[in-house]
Amino acid sequence: MGMQTIGRPTAPFASDAIANDTISGSRGLLQHEGLIFEVGSPDKTGVDLPKPKGRTDRLGGVARKVDTGLPGLTEPEAVRHYMRLSQRNYAIDLGFFPLGSCTMKHNPRLNEKAARLPGFADIHPMQPQSTVQGALALIDELATWLKTLTGMPAVAMSPKAGAHGELCGMLAIRQALIARGEAGTRKRVLVPASAHGTNPATAIQCGFIVDEIKADARGRVDMDDFKRKLEHTDDVAGIMLTNPNTCGLFETDIKEIADLIHDAGGYFYCDGANFNAIVGRVRPGDLGIDAMHINLHKTFSTPHGGGGPGSGPTVLSDALAPFAPVPYVTYDNDGYHLIEQIEGEASDAFGRMVAFHGQMGMFVRALAYMLSHGADGLKQVAEDAVLNANYVQARLKNVMTPAFDGFCMHEALFSDAFTADGIETIDIAKALIDEGYHPMTMYFPLVVHGAMLIEPTETESKQELDRFCDALEGIAKRAAAGDEAMKGAPYLAPMKRLDETLAARKPVLKWTPPAPEAIAAE
Amino acid sequence: MRYLPLTPEDRAAMLNTIGAASVDDFYQDVPQSARLGGQIEGLPNHQGELAVERHMSRLAALNTTASDVPFFVGCGAYKHHVPASVDMVIQRSEFLTTYTPYQPEIAQGTLQTLFEFQTQVASMTAMDVANASMYDGSTSCAEAAVMACRVTKRKKVVLSGGIHPHYAAATRLLCEAQGIEVVQLPTAVDGELELANHVDETTACVIGQSPNVFGTVTDLSSVADAAHEKKALLVSVFTEAVSLGLVTPPGEMGADIAVGEGQSIGGALNFGGPYVGLFACTKKLVRQMPGRLCGETVDAEGKRGFVLTLSTREQHIRRDKATSNICTNSGLCALAFTAHMTLLGGKGLRDLAVLNHEAACDLADALEAIDGVEIVTPRFFNEFAFTTPLDAEAVIAMLEERGILGGVRASRLLPNGQMNNVIIAAATECTTEEDIEAYAAALKEIV
Repeated sequence: MGMQTIGRPTAPFASDAIANDTISGSRGLLQHEGLIFEVGSPDKTGVDLPKPKGRTDRLGGVARKVDTGLPGLTEPEAVRHYMRLSQRNYAIDLGFFPLGSCTMKHNPRLNEKAARLPGFADIHPMQPQSTVQGALALIDELATWLKTLTGMPAVAMSPKAGAHGELCGMLAIRQALIARGEAGTRKRVLVPASAHGTNPATAIQCGFIVDEIKADARGRVDMDDFKRKLEHTDDVAGIMLTNPNTCGLFETDIKEIADLIHDAGGYFYCDGANFNAIVGRVRPGDLGIDAMHINLHKTFSTPHGGGGPGSGPTVLSDALAPFAPVPYVTYDNDGYHLIEQIEGEASDAFGRMVAFHGQMGMFVRALAYMLSHGADGLKQVAEDAVLNANYVQARLKNVMTPAFDGFCMHEALFSDAFTADGIETIDIAKALIDEGYHPMTMYFPLVVHGAMLIEPTETESKQELDRFCDALEGIAKRAAAGDEAMKGAPYLAPMKRLDETLAARKPVLKWTPPAPEAIAAE
Repeated sequence: MRYLPLTPEDRAAMLNTIGAASVDDFYQDVPQSARLGGQIEGLPNHQGELAVERHMSRLAALNTTASDVPFFVGCGAYKHHVPASVDMVIQRSEFLTTYTPYQPEIAQGTLQTLFEFQTQVASMTAMDVANASMYDGSTSCAEAAVMACRVTKRKKVVLSGGIHPHYAAATRLLCEAQGIEVVQLPTAVDGELELANHVDETTACVIGQSPNVFGTVTDLSSVADAAHEKKALLVSVFTEAVSLGLVTPPGEMGADIAVGEGQSIGGALNFGGPYVGLFACTKKLVRQMPGRLCGETVDAEGKRGFVLTLSTREQHIRRDKATSNICTNSGLCALAFTAHMTLLGGKGLRDLAVLNHEAACDLADALEAIDGVEIVTPRFFNEFAFTTPLDAEAVIAMLEERGILGGVRASRLLPNGQMNNVIIAAATECTTEEDIEAYAAALKEIV
């Protein structure tokens, strides 16, 4: 049956009226949704379980006294709850997400499918090793890829994320110093001012002290300052350097840095967060590094998931390889084996960082990504990522202020020098939200005033980049002209700017039932 | 290349706009000796989706899954049923493919679910506050130990003899790197209360586990009292989150910090990861916590919203003064946890816990009826240790030959623990009567 149009207006009616507050609290497709504590109830459940017999006789009386009182929702209610909340999130699948230093690239769905194969998802870490040969083979295959791509002889697979990989590398350095009998004296770790916050925090977690190196006018390590720090070498443990660095630049003096730190008796930790810029084109092992973590959730596209899980395998040089943590996988005529104890061939291992064997779910996704791209495709990944970043820099350099001269690597960095007084980096970021984009990384790295760090990645088309650059160009011009309206942005997001000061001053970290008088007053 | 949108024409046009001759210009800062001429050797070229999927399926098929066989393996990771809608939720692109919620105006979905997660974890552990997750239970335990040292300004932690050995190892590693003394009490199936005898004025915390690695459940209240008397803290650990529905939770025992593994709720086994670390504490310790915290606030129009808060504890603000170096945590696993908990509700959690306990009781009844088998765990939730007259490694292998994954031999976790004839077995709501019968029949044949 065709649509009955008689008597039904079929052309739109132009109106100036704007719908502000609605009765329901919803706004068109954006549905109102409360907290589960407001919409659920303690006697509801979305799971049908067999009725327990009520047997608790082997518990020895160690029983919970007060029930959790937590609400439940039936499945239709729960699905709507999360669906509605999901629509308040920006995501890479929705649009451009140029968050510098975070490598928000497309997450292939094949990888999700592979990770959910029961042969990977439904196996237990403590099953007999003979029943998980395929899993161990996968870990070994991924390790081979990582070692080959980095040109490094060993890799520790168990670190759970980037910062955990940093911890792995620095603990390996600490163990090497213990083996040399110098752990008590070599405590000083050199860290550039531009480093991720995790670098100094990691060094401290390992019992080192942090000595900050300045950046030079080119955004690289200030070699004069670095050499000054090495005038006394007997307390030097090593250096933690990100390369390409957080300014999106390759450290031109990296080999000299490696030589000098080695001559000083120290080790070279490289933060591999920005490996995407060079994967397939440069092997960090050729640069003289001793350890580097690889964020599988950046370069190798395992999804960020709103804050993890990540995975941070850490490649190690010959000097550090003997100290690699357990567990690790070996292979002989009988098949694959997990070395789980600090004994035998692993007797120099610095320890165990974590329960079980690492982020298997992420390993599957990362290997699927690597196999899909191959050695040829990964080189293209790096080149397109760098090309895209340079394109963004070129398109915007006349309306914004590039932090440094020359080409960049995989991210373009701007300072806020072009903005009028009163307009700040955060205003530009929030104005981008109204244009339908996730903002760039803001106020990082710390060495650039009002930093705006844009990392497009290789999975953006030229059309997408052009649309973004058009939008940011317009915003930059408004910022240069001192458009005060930007201070109120975003106007079109689900929420206006949130009061972070209030949140920190009076922390409310969980839901509590409203006081009875508040209920009465409603 | 199906994942790379740029065309050769795009690349040429972009190079032209940039004013570069080729992409090689962008790599001119790389030392000459480190520039690769062509592509990296020793790795295959790109493959289509079908080829990759075949390769992955072939590797996956070599493994025996927990659903394939009667399955009793636990010791820190547990086979539970996860409702189908949980996976639908975490596969929503808006949750799966977003970042840590640094821009709260366009991340309220993630932030509200974290706020709900924190509330659920606080209620389940009976603690005041919980953070937005850690990597896993073992790293949470390590972080709790060093947090206790920050809080008390002391440098000694004491581990019970029933702590999961991997948790103990992770804790020892982090503590020793920071010059913290670690006292490990001798391995004991039922020795958690012994912690009370090892607290002095230099002790930052004692760390006990319930259910412990042998499955023993213990009310640690007397340990808490002993610790508090010396102004030390009690860190209470669990590896089975479902136990919180039935067993005395950390907060009811006077714990100052509660840490544990959340994999059992919303999580697959995943061969050990990714999992989700749960971390909760008392209100007065919140500013010494590691990790992200989500808090309630209002927007410019006064509407309720959520933001990451108390960031001055964290590495991206405080750098070398941060409480931890953690950045990425287990966001998506925390989402799976909270979605599963929302489906269960408090009543569902309790029922699920009772079903787990009953399955373990049935298993214990069946096994201890076999001559030579002795259950050595005095009080348990869904997991217990038992001895046989034979070496446990041989027993596990013979069970495997009979198509049964019968648990974990204690010697795999404790090679020097004098426990060569001890097996730790777990049962959950997934364990059927037939599974238990098959296990008992096979074990009877073996011993």
